[in-house]
Amino acid sequence: MGSTSDFSRRALIKRAAALGIVTVPAMSALSACASSGGDGGEKAEKGQKSAKNPLAVNESAALDVVIFDGGFGDKYAKDAQAEYVAAFPKTKGKVKLASTQKIQSTLQPRFNGGNPPDLVDNSGAEQMDFGTLVSKNQLADLTPLLDAPSIDDPNKKVRDTLRPGVVEMGQFGGKETWIMYYAYTVYGVWYSKTNLQKVADAEYPKTWDEMLAVCEKAKKKGVAGWTYPGKYPYYLPFSLYPFIAKIGGAEVLRKIDNLEPNAWKDPAVKAAFDAYYELYKKGYVLKGSPGLDHLQSQKAWAEGKALFIPNGSWVENESAKQIEKNPDFQLSVGAPSSLSSSDKMPFGTIWASGGEPYIVPREAKNAPGGMEMLRIMLSKKSSQNFIKQVSSLTSLNGGTEGLKLPPGLDSAQQALRTAGQNIVNPRLQDWYVALQKEKIGVGALGEMMAGRMTPDEAITKIQKYADETREDSSVKKYKR
Amino acid sequence: MQHGKYRFIVGFLVIPLAIYAIFVISPFVQAIYYSFTDWTGLSSDMKMVGFDNYARLFKDSVFWAAVGNSVTLLLLLPVVTLSLGLFFAFMLNVGGRRRKKAVIGGVRGSGTYKILYFFPQVLSIPIVALLFQFAYNPESGALNAFFQAIGLDSVQPDWLGDPQIALWCIMGAMIWANVGFYVVLFSAGMSSIPKDFYEAALLDGANRFNTFFRITLPLLWDTVQTGWIYMGILALDVSAFAFVQIMSVGPGGPDYSTEVLPLYVYQKTFRDGQAGYATSIGVSLLIVTLIFSAIVMRLGRRERLEF
Repeated sequence: MGSTSDFSRRALIKRAAALGIVTVPAMSALSACASSGGDGGEKAEKGQKSAKNPLAVNESAALDVVIFDGGFGDKYAKDAQAEYVAAFPKTKGKVKLASTQKIQSTLQPRFNGGNPPDLVDNSGAEQMDFGTLVSKNQLADLTPLLDAPSIDDPNKKVRDTLRPGVVEMGQFGGKETWIMYYAYTVYGVWYSKTNLQKVADAEYPKTWDEMLAVCEKAKKKGVAGWTYPGKYPYYLPFSLYPFIAKIGGAEVLRKIDNLEPNAWKDPAVKAAFDAYYELYKKGYVLKGSPGLDHLQSQKAWAEGKALFIPNGSWVENESAKQIEKNPDFQLSVGAPSSLSSSDKMPFGTIWASGGEPYIVPREAKNAPGGMEMLRIMLSKKSSQNFIKQVSSLTSLNGGTEGLKLPPGLDSAQQALRTAGQNIVNPRLQDWYVALQKEKIGVGALGEMMAGRMTPDEAITKIQKYADETREDSSVKKYKR
Repeated sequence: MQHGKYRFIVGFLVIPLAIYAIFVISPFVQAIYYSFTDWTGLSSDMKMVGFDNYARLFKDSVFWAAVGNSVTLLLLLPVVTLSLGLFFAFMLNVGGRRRKKAVIGGVRGSGTYKILYFFPQVLSIPIVALLFQFAYNPESGALNAFFQAIGLDSVQPDWLGDPQIALWCIMGAMIWANVGFYVVLFSAGMSSIPKDFYEAALLDGANRFNTFFRITLPLLWDTVQTGWIYMGILALDVSAFAFVQIMSVGPGGPDYSTEVLPLYVYQKTFRDGQAGYATSIGVSLLIVTLIFSAIVMRLGRRERLEF
């Protein structure tokens, strides 16, 4: 190329390169997961149905399980896998169990391609949206599992061995049960009995006045009453929502879940918000809480810088290292204190519900195998194994006999007994994730507790968010 | 020797162009196609919805918050980072006092500074983000502890927890992480500027200010321009995503004060199962990026000095 022509080679290359740099990262991330379609091969044939094999599992078919490797780890699932192989020896070496924290990025291509695993623990930050999975018909109905006899007592169906509310949680308005929640979480106000005794010389405050008095005493000793993870303010509802239900009745929460107009304008909501806002106004909240994440706030709390923290029963496992430093910590969970004597529900009303949602994909090659694995996990043996390993309850009702429970779990058990029928289970956090976590949590509750928004402003804003979600046709709606 | 020139060029370009078309152009076309569907990302079942996704964008206040923050990053991040990079590089290479024999040189200890500046580059983005997150921790972080130590007990901001300053805090971390690279890049550029230019200028009595604006900057313009585009893309893309995702409250908060476009794409795809809508956000991100690069190229066009 001996001559110079009008177009400059350098300019061309430069422009092309610039364009390339500019656009590749922006777009390739998106199309990397583009749907490929295609079928995922043959389903495994059904096996012989028998008393020992009520789900008619193919005794030599491969099984593919993907576990969320989070706060509970994956050891309990591996132990259950060993049980599965023991029950069906011909599957030895064919049972695959993968654990990951990246559920969605690992499984999305497989769901799109029609080649999903047989059992999935769909949990963690990368949880796949249940509403979408259900509405796109990607899940298998778990009714056969629920109607199968339980491992421990062949005369009882699996359905009848579960804690109340677990089956309903896995349903989405219809008869089918899409999700089996394996863990059972108790939410509430978590505290150290010892610290509370030491700082405020008090038992857990049963009324809000007592609560304020305890906080006042603590403040004088330089200890904050409350802390919460300000980076994830959706921890606040763990004690705030049952508080609302306690004041105004469970009906208020049902209306909120159903996105009914003006559900948030209920006086109970306002009363509960005012009470929490008072904690901030009187300086009972640990300074800097709005900037802490869950681990940082739990650390401050475990070190005794604050007395109370809204949390779930996983906190015992998650904060184990810090709690261990104080062997006399006596971790306990408290139900929301009574605001006044006219509260609609008694003291003890608490939020408890299933955690660790397990699903069997509709396109799974060995769906009966996936359900059988769940049936094994819901046996007393596997259940106790889980409780011992991660100090959390399972959805299996009871099963704790003869086990020495750690203090937090023990108090959670007691709280459940005290609550009796008064267990509430707000569904906002699994039905409308963005609304609950980001809009209500970060957008309003966090702002209110940081003192940048009054309870009235927060309620107006939340009501607006709820209305927007109700009118958003791209969000699937549920009713309870 | 003009004859067959185009055939010659085309012959060489066929393979690279084909690769480019397959791996760059086709994902674009696909993404644009998906942005017109209601694809969930969790099932291959989808249907065309026309411009619905784009109509939704206009009404989506979170999207506009994200656009606002992304554009803020896009405008400020390159200016601040490159200015700091230029300043440091100039001081390290040219700005020092004249010593014996050497015509120009950096400030005392410039070798050490060079290493210090470059150090953040060897840390991965998540580590930098986490480090800053610890520093910003209002309860036990370095910054508030520092304020306390110097007697400013009353100044205890929530840093990442305060919507007024959260974005600035994140920007600070991004600048810290990137400035070292430009110090090195500009140092390399400066070392290729002939010494006699400086010699002549110094003989004429030019001070540091003049040498910088009359000699260094004009001769470094190409490098600055490259850095500008690169930094702008960083501000719009991966880097912004990672920093905001790791550091911010929510993430994207508090109250959407740090929401950026790539994070919103991610949230819509991976949290809400609305991949179709997410691709339409992605397409708008592409448009913002194209506008940016067009403006930079237009503004940056000037005579190249030959030396």
